[in-house]
Amino acid sequence: MEPIIRVRELYKVFGPNPQEGLRLIEDGLDKDTIFERTGNTVGVKDCNLDIAEGEIFVVMGLSGSGKSTLVRLLNRLIEPTAGTVEVRGRDVTRMSQRDLIRLRSEDLAMVFQSFALMPHKTVIDNAALGLEIAGVGRTRRRERAQEALEQVGLKAHARSYPDELSGGMQQRVGLARALATDPSIMLMDEAFSALDPLIRTEMQDRLLDLQREHRRTVVFISHDLDEAIRIGDRIAIMQGGEVVQVGTPKEIITHPANEYVRSFFHGVDITQVFQACDIMDSENIPVLDADTTAGEARNRIAHVPGNEAVIVDAGGRFQSVVQAKRLGELTLDRAASEVAVEVEAVPEDTALADLPRRAAQSPVSIPVVDGEGRFRGLVTLQRLVEALDRSRNAAAANGDY
Amino acid sequence: MEGRINIPVGDWIENGVDWILDNLEPALDGIAWFLGLLTNSFEGALLAIPAWLLVLVLVGLSWWRVSWRFGIFAIVALGLILGMDLWEPTIKTLSLVLAATAVALAIGMPVGVAMARSDWLEASIRPVLDLMQTMPPFVYLIPAAIFFGLGTVPGAIATVVFCMPPVVRLTNLGIRQVNREQIEAGLAFGCNRRQLLTKIQLPLAMPSIMAGINQTIMLALSMVVIASMIGAGGLGNTVLTGIQRLDVGLGFEGGLGVVILAILLDRITQSVGLRRKASS
Repeated sequence: MEPIIRVRELYKVFGPNPQEGLRLIEDGLDKDTIFERTGNTVGVKDCNLDIAEGEIFVVMGLSGSGKSTLVRLLNRLIEPTAGTVEVRGRDVTRMSQRDLIRLRSEDLAMVFQSFALMPHKTVIDNAALGLEIAGVGRTRRRERAQEALEQVGLKAHARSYPDELSGGMQQRVGLARALATDPSIMLMDEAFSALDPLIRTEMQDRLLDLQREHRRTVVFISHDLDEAIRIGDRIAIMQGGEVVQVGTPKEIITHPANEYVRSFFHGVDITQVFQACDIMDSENIPVLDADTTAGEARNRIAHVPGNEAVIVDAGGRFQSVVQAKRLGELTLDRAASEVAVEVEAVPEDTALADLPRRAAQSPVSIPVVDGEGRFRGLVTLQRLVEALDRSRNAAAANGDY
Repeated sequence: MEGRINIPVGDWIENGVDWILDNLEPALDGIAWFLGLLTNSFEGALLAIPAWLLVLVLVGLSWWRVSWRFGIFAIVALGLILGMDLWEPTIKTLSLVLAATAVALAIGMPVGVAMARSDWLEASIRPVLDLMQTMPPFVYLIPAAIFFGLGTVPGAIATVVFCMPPVVRLTNLGIRQVNREQIEAGLAFGCNRRQLLTKIQLPLAMPSIMAGINQTIMLALSMVVIASMIGAGGLGNTVLTGIQRLDVGLGFEGGLGVVILAILLDRITQSVGLRRKASS
């Protein structure tokens, strides 16, 4: 599918002579040397990204890594030094001022770290700011702002002023302001970073809820891997102005590109990233049907490393688990299902973090099923313990992934 | 003494003044006509209103905008002015202040906005403002009298020049102090340059601009008294007469009138800057 935002060879050099800085980058000098020699600061260097419609794309990096510059290059709040940014195939960097203003007011909304609300306006008029600028009439824009406030759960505070609200509520006004213009793309610059951890999680959930109702493309800037993992469909990691890795949260955690990327793992709970389907055993499990005999079942289990098999119905849907030691109670011609243990299966996207509790309650391994209830694999105790151990090591930033 | 350097700055200024007199007379006449019209309209309008009604309006404003205590102060203070038989000079002074302030704001705010938009302009105008503010105010009376003779108009002109710097400075400062992310928010939602000014920068700079307006009014009031030396009339005239006759009582009465006017104008204009807080 055609990406909604396509960034190609994008550079931003700040300082007295950006073009000279650009030449030195091409000569292969690094950021610090260029600053020493010319006083130019490399903000973003050779950035190439494809952002798909409807995804939450998180850009991560430490402060000074160029992530805030990058997001401002997307709506041209900062003029790029070289390269192109295409939104739906139209090059933002070469757009006339008039087209740029139209793009910003119709398609690209932004949410700011400091909320950037107007203290002299009520909440509803703040939410209506984008519409006011676009010239929408007072009644119409208040209607739409009211809808946006309902979406973020602030309906009751429409007549308050921003300084009467808590930080989390203020940022919900910022979010409503962005939603009110019904943009297809939202740029969120550290939108939740100024909030308390609890409120931050709440806001992340709210954002995910909003995405479920109406998918928009979200470019989310963050310095927090926990946040990136929670909300991101894909994550780009920036270091010194360069994008060093792009991938799904799982790809980034299982194959970090370098030590810098790995350093973000410290203290992060990555058991949220891995799911039942990542750690289950799907190959060494014999799959039986309801009338398989105990003899055949024992035979098949004998050929695999494990000591369990599962029984499925005609449609491949999971029914029960059979353990080798229980089969010994039966004569060979009886049906294996007589000693099978019926347990509840988990969906394949169940987080690793939720599995230990299930394992503790279950007399057998945890069966994993897909959306239609079809059997996918078993999470054995051994696999679970291994996965938890690896996660802990990864979180300590010295894992063997 | 030989070798003594004498830079004839005074001569240059005089030559400049002569040149302006010779060549720009129509412009000077235009300014004089306009300012005369403005001050006379204010004065005419304020004197046409019966004194008791104006007192009622001012007391009402003080009560509503500031506090009931200040409202009571306003009753006593204005009663004192009426009692001292200084109503007419007070109104004359007030209309001169209002006219000069109106002109100073009309020129000063756009200049402040322009300064905020250009570092170069800011750097060039700032020394001019310093000069305008530190020059002893009496000095403005001389060219004003040369260009416009004696009376209300030259007084108003000298006042405009003297009272303009604060509103220019604080407009510039207020706009420059607007948070970067708030500017970005305006731009990100599609503001053009004009909208950025009217919807984001000016409203957010308003507290600072209001402080500038308040300062400008206060400076105008102090200058209006000095301007009575070239015949601007009003309370300054009362004070001046007191000085000439060495009449302590008369001088003090005029001075008291100025003080009362200053307190009323200051508190009422300050309250406008805090509009939302006061009403919520």
